[in-house]
Amino acid sequence: MNDQTPPTREMREAKLEGMGCKRKRVEDVRFTQGKGNYVDDMKLPGMLFGDLVRSPYGHARVKSIDTSKAMKVPGVLAVLTAKELAGVNLAWMPTLAGDVQMVLADGKVLFQGQEVAFVVATDRYAAADGVEAVEVEYEELPVCVDPFKSMLPNAPELREDLKGKMTGAHGPRKHHNHIFEWTVGDKTATDTAFNTAEVSIKELISYQRVHPSPLETCQCLASFDKVRGELTVYGTFQAPHVIRTVASLISTIPEHKIHVIAPDIGGGFGNKVGAYPGYICAIVASIVTGKPVKWVEDRMENLSSTSFARDYHMTCEIAATKAGKITGLRVHVLADHGAFDACADPSKWPAGFFNIVTGSYDIPTAHISVDGVYTNKAPGGVAYRCSFRVTEAAYCIERGMDILAQKLGMDPAELRLKNFIKREQFPYHSALGWEYDSGDYHTAMNKAMDAIGYKQLRAEQLAKREAFKRGETRDLMGIGVCFFTEIVGAGPSKNCDILGLAMFDSCEIRIHPTGSGIVRVGSKSQGQGHETTWAQIVATEIGIPADNLTVEEGNTDTAPYGLGTYGSRSTPVAGAAIAMAARKIKAKAQMIAAHMLEVHEGDLEWDIDGFRVKGLPEKSKSMKELVWAAYNKPPPGMEPGMEAVSYYDPPNMTYPFGAYFCVMDIDVDTGEYKVRKFYALDDCGTRINPMIIEGQVHGGLTEAFAIAMGQELKYDDRGNLHGGSFMDFFLPTAVETPHWTTDHTVTPSPHHPIGAKGVGESPNVGGVPAFSNAVNDAFNFMGGTHIQMPHDHWRNWEAAHSRGMHG
Amino acid sequence: MAKSAIKLKINGAEVEALVEPRTLLVHFLREQQMLTGTHIGCETSHCGVCTVDLNGMSVKSCTIFAIQADGADVITIEGMANADGTLHALQEGFRQMHGLQCGFCTPGMILRAHRLLKENPNPTEAEIRMGIAGNLCRCTGYQNIVKAIQHAAAKLGGREYLEAAE
Repeated sequence: MNDQTPPTREMREAKLEGMGCKRKRVEDVRFTQGKGNYVDDMKLPGMLFGDLVRSPYGHARVKSIDTSKAMKVPGVLAVLTAKELAGVNLAWMPTLAGDVQMVLADGKVLFQGQEVAFVVATDRYAAADGVEAVEVEYEELPVCVDPFKSMLPNAPELREDLKGKMTGAHGPRKHHNHIFEWTVGDKTATDTAFNTAEVSIKELISYQRVHPSPLETCQCLASFDKVRGELTVYGTFQAPHVIRTVASLISTIPEHKIHVIAPDIGGGFGNKVGAYPGYICAIVASIVTGKPVKWVEDRMENLSSTSFARDYHMTCEIAATKAGKITGLRVHVLADHGAFDACADPSKWPAGFFNIVTGSYDIPTAHISVDGVYTNKAPGGVAYRCSFRVTEAAYCIERGMDILAQKLGMDPAELRLKNFIKREQFPYHSALGWEYDSGDYHTAMNKAMDAIGYKQLRAEQLAKREAFKRGETRDLMGIGVCFFTEIVGAGPSKNCDILGLAMFDSCEIRIHPTGSGIVRVGSKSQGQGHETTWAQIVATEIGIPADNLTVEEGNTDTAPYGLGTYGSRSTPVAGAAIAMAARKIKAKAQMIAAHMLEVHEGDLEWDIDGFRVKGLPEKSKSMKELVWAAYNKPPPGMEPGMEAVSYYDPPNMTYPFGAYFCVMDIDVDTGEYKVRKFYALDDCGTRINPMIIEGQVHGGLTEAFAIAMGQELKYDDRGNLHGGSFMDFFLPTAVETPHWTTDHTVTPSPHHPIGAKGVGESPNVGGVPAFSNAVNDAFNFMGGTHIQMPHDHWRNWEAAHSRGMHG
Repeated sequence: MAKSAIKLKINGAEVEALVEPRTLLVHFLREQQMLTGTHIGCETSHCGVCTVDLNGMSVKSCTIFAIQADGADVITIEGMANADGTLHALQEGFRQMHGLQCGFCTPGMILRAHRLLKENPNPTEAEIRMGIAGNLCRCTGYQNIVKAIQHAAAKLGGREYLEAAE
């Protein structure tokens, strides 16, 4: 055996496990052994439990709250109501959207499940006993759960606290239940396009209220140290630093005395971005009792009170020529925000990035207006596995394209190909104000159509339709086409902030003397595998094996300030910060190498895991040697050590895109469906870990499937939530979930240091329209233009019935 | 509330404890035995993240009282590794095939798969999908979980794992 054989370049590269390799996940070692550390796994000495009394009514006056019986329950130590919270000025709290929200019911309740009182007890069973014993007297008020009715002149006034305030955080309010109107685009030019249009369509496309429902609910453990005046909060926080700043602003505890720690998180999907009343109550209870207080939502509380998503009612109009060239787009949205505007969007974007609604198409003029309204439903409006309101926008335009194709008698794929922004048009300025950084839509679409055998499928569908008309089959075949463009990576400080905080992200790298190190990042994984992929970026950049790098996130005392993980922002923003910090390390190493090899820095070139002299490859220094030198004998005048910090303010968003196709068979008589094939081609730019990308796509598609085919948080006229448990709210099992086929093209982002664009949310954004278009495509030869989601068996049966397909 | 004495075997070790009659098995495991690998996701036995093995059956520990486990033989994720400390084939399979993301459903999923493979050592994809239908996952879309279980089945059966072609 010859130990002296130098490793080949391939061996050196493989050893790094850098970008592009299917590195196995670091996290899995603990998760597969039950050694994850989630919030509810924590136990502090003397820890108490809090539990919430909630409103059974959708809208009611709170006449009285009697806590005396609850206080006699063994183990119950305190009951907080709005009265107690008012004493510390916390009966209400600010929301991320510029509104205020009751922490505990102050005079009235505005949705079923609203927080009314917080019982603190020695264990969770005693707290639940206490909740049962709190007596609340209500007087029911008229309920409004329909956003269309909430804007009628005689609609009940929901937010009495806003009486007479006709200006909100986003401008004038037109009605007592109106929150804001947000408009973008050229109205006059758009109206002209419609007035002169050869063909146009107009359709109300609703995207129902759904919920992210990660398997771990929202929870926290607050511990206030009276002696030191310091607060520690462990919680399910997708954005721990933001939580720390918000906690400081509303509690007046100085920010350096607040320690926010997000340990392992059991899925987020947008649910864990916001600050919820339970967190505030646990913090106040810990301050009051001097003991650590844990609060854990149960599933019904999660579905009924923390962060719904969507509830967008979009009237989509498209103008076009007879030949199918789009000449204008006009959309009005009625946005149901529930009882408080607690949308988790960047502060200046009350409808998120809904102005990405022009999609992948070269549309010369467009205008959108969004009216946000209050109803007696839970607050929220989070970006459930999508960038802010991007999945709503993609659904709107992708359904609209199919409806237009139907009207024109054109193939929906052909209509898309005809209107795509062309490769040479990038960077492309959209009519609604975005600069698309890069794209190659025709290549992606053609690859996808070839892969799925699109022409053959259409021929088969035609034959099936004829057979159906002849009475030879009772099965319908639908082909769902979707080509989406996302906008992710919020975002540039010029247009994105949260409560005034620019939406940068950050990374700090410390390389230790022996050539291993720690990478701390301002993002926070909830299953995305950052501990694995962040190390891959650093490994490629500086030539230290990923296995020798620890990645740490979530502890606000040690991680640099970051805006957290949501809206597919981690790779576009934090990922860029990581590469930039690594490049600072590399630049210092290059200076050391030049000194050691006695050459000019410019005479050196990077070679996988070190520097070598150009033209003299035998004269080289490995990164390991250079790091040791940084601690052992740095060049004269250079500071010792090997550390770097980068705060990255992205110059632009990134624009991942994809072509998705769904082939579905539907039984006319039962409404049952079978997804025969689902093909997803994604272009997320540079691919850091293909295994993890594929996993993200599988998961996002499964959530899209759930939304399109069954999920709905439905309220009845009295404000009762139907769908508040897993009995009623559709989460697909392995049996219903289709098989996924994934594919990709690579169009790197030109402005991102490593060209990556983000991928976690693409499959949800593109998946929902693909499923919905498949269902609509199955039925549209029998008439009708649009069938509302969710497309469950009953609705499919109803669609068939209303088209006279049951004889 | 008065407590009752129970005696059971957890991951091979004899355990004696006092529990309130209303204490759920999952709370007993997590909070009295500090075996926090078993999770809680819905409290209505839909999601399966609390799945443990009890007397040779997959049981959702959120809907059974600890007192009902008196005399039982319970296996949790903490008891899945092999006696020599190496990982069980399922634990290895989940990592190799990227069968997990946030990790919250994973312990329950592995415990369920463990019993499934005891009952059916060489299941088809359809049998696996039906066999884990009581366990929800929000991250993976199940496709790689199916592969993880096939990977483990092959290893336990002494066969080479062959990934199915697309």
